[in-house]
Amino acid sequence: MQRYEAKDVSPDMSFLEMLDVVNEKLIAEGTAPITFEHDCREGICGSCGFMINGVAHGPKSGTTVCQLHMRSFKDGDELYLEPWRAKAFPVLKDLMVDRNAFDRIIAAGGFITARTGSAQDANSIPVPKAYADRAMDAAACIGCGACVASCPNASAALFTGAKISHLGLLPQGQAERDRRALRMIAQFSSELFGSCTNIGECEAACPKHISLSVIAQMNGDYLKASVRDRGAVKESSD
Amino acid sequence: MSPTAAAGSSNRALRFFEATIVKKAVVAVTGLVLFGFVTGHMLGNLQIFLGPERLNAYAAFLKSNLELLWGARITLLISVFAHIFFTIQLWQLKNQARPVAYVKKVNSHSSAASRTMYYSGPVILAFVVYHLLHFTVGAVHPHFSETDVYSNVVYGFLQLPVALSYMVAVGLLCMHLSHGIASIPQTLGFNHPVHTPKIKAAARVIATLYFLGYASIPVGVMTGIIRLSSMSL
Ligand code: FES
Repeated sequence: MQRYEAKDVSPDMSFLEMLDVVNEKLIAEGTAPITFEHDCREGICGSCGFMINGVAHGPKSGTTVCQLHMRSFKDGDELYLEPWRAKAFPVLKDLMVDRNAFDRIIAAGGFITARTGSAQDANSIPVPKAYADRAMDAAACIGCGACVASCPNASAALFTGAKISHLGLLPQGQAERDRRALRMIAQFSSELFGSCTNIGECEAACPKHISLSVIAQMNGDYLKASVRDRGAVKESSD
Repeated sequence: MSPTAAAGSSNRALRFFEATIVKKAVVAVTGLVLFGFVTGHMLGNLQIFLGPERLNAYAAFLKSNLELLWGARITLLISVFAHIFFTIQLWQLKNQARPVAYVKKVNSHSSAASRTMYYSGPVILAFVVYHLLHFTVGAVHPHFSETDVYSNVVYGFLQLPVALSYMVAVGLLCMHLSHGIASIPQTLGFNHPVHTPKIKAAARVIATLYFLGYASIPVGVMTGIIRLSSMSL
């Protein structure tokens, strides 16, 4: 672990702006800046994220690192910054990890088949309110990886569950529902994520407050799909 | 982007059990079977408060039906084996999944019971082995009798270290149960905004009651509420 001092920090700065200030100073001194990933800085892209004092995205619940402000800390606080630690998320440099494993899980089945041509009328497919709500909650996932990082098993169950739920709860996602669960879980396992043991640290760390219910949804979908047509994974893999 | 995973083993049944979700489901179902046993065993044992005749008659009844006895024993043995076998696999996966530990990690939103399942489990297993040698086989019991279960219990718990370690073990068992019971529906795919919190609360209540139920027996012996009748002396 390397030690840095952050001077001239305003309480209104975001955490990443504080790191920018530290990095500017490091660059001026001719040393390498601290590498961290970021893009939107408004809590919607999911690219920022690391551990602050052992908590994914820092101490504020429902907040990404980019939306966390320095007023959440006291002057003189000592902060331990660490990258997400998981076999499936190799560290690229400093606080930046490679989260392509998530993209590969999505590529395995996190999509629906949509016809080309003119778009359907928006209200032609009715969706019950309860399902729409749950699907929307699951769809809030930004794929930041905090669930994996905070899980004592380094499991990607919350992420995969969110993706499976958000599509599987909607009428448009029914055609591939079984195949989606089977393939995404197969990919999940091959990425060497751990297995969920219902601890719940992921739910607490999630900046979008996605609940463990998506994991139950995933478990149910997977179990049903694998009992129904175990052979289908193979047949359908092209 | 590298290609996505192809299906693993060619054997259907094997492939079915390759998925961690299925392994975990087996752990949940076998856990439920074992929870059923823990329930029956406690209710049976509590008859000790009704006196030696009652408990010994109950024990004789259990042993009288050999098909039932061995049917239950074999079911339990298979459940214990599968419960542990798949848990070991999940535990190995957990160790692979995070090869580099955090310098600092705070787990403040989860229960201690949920995070210590991998540790309470082996201790409970060791206790079960000892417990069988103590009260079922009698190999490590000072005054073992084949028929007088009541006096076996009393003699057994008159030894303070035995009684205390028994209470520690059932304490861990109940901790294990509190997370296990609450987890079963979730693992099998059931989560409901109203029912899930109730199930969690019920699991804690059950775990506490079971601890009190089990612990009451050594406490009863040590305080003299349960004592040897003149006949068995
Ligand atoms: S930078 Fe996009 S969510 Fe933080």
